[in-house]
Amino acid sequence: MDGRKIFAIFRKQLKDTMKNKTVLIQFFMFPLLVVIMDHSIQMKDMPEHFFVPLFATMYIGMAPLTNMAAILAEEKEKNTLRVLLMSNVKPAEYLIGVGSYIVLICMLGAGVFAVTGEYKGRTLLNFLFIMLAGILISLLIGAAIGAWSKNEMSATSVTVPVMMIFSFLPMIAMFNSRVKDISRFIWSGQINHLLNQLGGTGMDMDSVCVLLANGAIVLFLFSAAYKKCGLV
Amino acid sequence: MNSRISIKNIVREFDDHRVLNGIGIQIEEGEIFGLLGPSGAGKTTLIKILTGQLPQTEGEAKLLGTDTRKLTDREYSRIGMMLDNTGVYERLSCYDNLLLFARIYGLSVEKPKEALKRVGLWETKNRPVQKLSKGMKQRLVLARAMMNEPEILFLDEPTSGLDPANAREIHKLIQKQKEKGTTVFLTTHNMEEAEKLCDHIALLFEGSIVEYGNPKEICKRYNHQNKICLSLKDGRQILLENNCEGAKRVYDCLREGVVEAIHSTEPNLETVFMELTGRSFE
Repeated sequence: MDGRKIFAIFRKQLKDTMKNKTVLIQFFMFPLLVVIMDHSIQMKDMPEHFFVPLFATMYIGMAPLTNMAAILAEEKEKNTLRVLLMSNVKPAEYLIGVGSYIVLICMLGAGVFAVTGEYKGRTLLNFLFIMLAGILISLLIGAAIGAWSKNEMSATSVTVPVMMIFSFLPMIAMFNSRVKDISRFIWSGQINHLLNQLGGTGMDMDSVCVLLANGAIVLFLFSAAYKKCGLV
Repeated sequence: MNSRISIKNIVREFDDHRVLNGIGIQIEEGEIFGLLGPSGAGKTTLIKILTGQLPQTEGEAKLLGTDTRKLTDREYSRIGMMLDNTGVYERLSCYDNLLLFARIYGLSVEKPKEALKRVGLWETKNRPVQKLSKGMKQRLVLARAMMNEPEILFLDEPTSGLDPANAREIHKLIQKQKEKGTTVFLTTHNMEEAEKLCDHIALLFEGSIVEYGNPKEICKRYNHQNKICLSLKDGRQILLENNCEGAKRVYDCLREGVVEAIHSTEPNLETVFMELTGRSFE
């Protein structure tokens, strides 16, 4: 593994995204929305910073997943990934380069949520840690879809329903007890649950087990996609 | 002299279909080698085997003395590739595209600058690739392939779809690279390009090499008529024997001032290909 190549990919991705408005919007839409909603909507009996955990869950269910899948699929379609791999870049170096870029941008977005939610000290650390765990799982799902897809079009057709399920499941669970039972076993449901009790007892074992199990399943799915389709 | 590319009896099968059928070639330092054949002849499959993207079913392929199935970073850093599908980052500028690869290869930041100047794209260094013409894109890809001063340059249809002026520019760049001692492995549909550029060519048909050698020598070898063709100003054409008698007749015609042009009946590579395979090249 060569750090120089990983950093080169990281810088390339940073420059490329700055010129790609579609991707930029996905990174900053939810952080921007939460700032606006948090400051503009104040209802009686509504918990303080009600929108922060809700939108933060949607954000990590959406941004890392869609962006990772879109970047991978576009590079496959345009043949740039093949050129990179034939120029000494190893698949792991490429994935870490692009993945670390997405994690960094999403963590910046998480920072906006943290400021809006006025998290401090241990609560802030817990919040960022939970966000990071969610971003990593979401990123792996995106990588699996990207590896499986031949082009951007096929990636989008899979990404949209998958992203909607993971992003909106916790919100629907608030209104439907049956969905809530299912949501408990899904990573985004657990992330939402953890974000909602940040100031409380901290992480419980059930949540950790669900996140680890989901992470393992996603890792398996990515490995299967990578083994079957590779990166080119 | 050590062969930079050595292929012995290469066979490649996909399911039951044999795409390459016992290919053998040696390519030396500073040589431009052209692999010619119609679509589906197996050219891209051979390039993929040589660049380690695809393993052969049988036979031995060596690149810079290393088995192509065991190519490492060391070999990859000594080759340059220009694939038929350009593979450039459309939103990034010309300079940023090259800078990425300079960083990957661990080259100095001056290298992209030099490479862009060499291919005449320095003036457009900050322009996004999506705003370049096809010819400019091809030159950019060639600049990328040459930036690490490769010992072997793989060019897959480098002038495909280009106008003659842009194709000439690419030819000049390839010639300059040869002068530096780079071995060039070129695939093309364009017979004229092959005749003009290549030291040796191989005509590939249905996975087999049907002819190999220097393009001019191949054409001479298939000059069965061995005659001189005179095109006269009145539109007539006269075929003359290639001997003293013929030469005398040419001289007489020239003295009379009736000659429009003098041709040899030597075939071009396309005619040779048709004679060998019974099929046209396209």
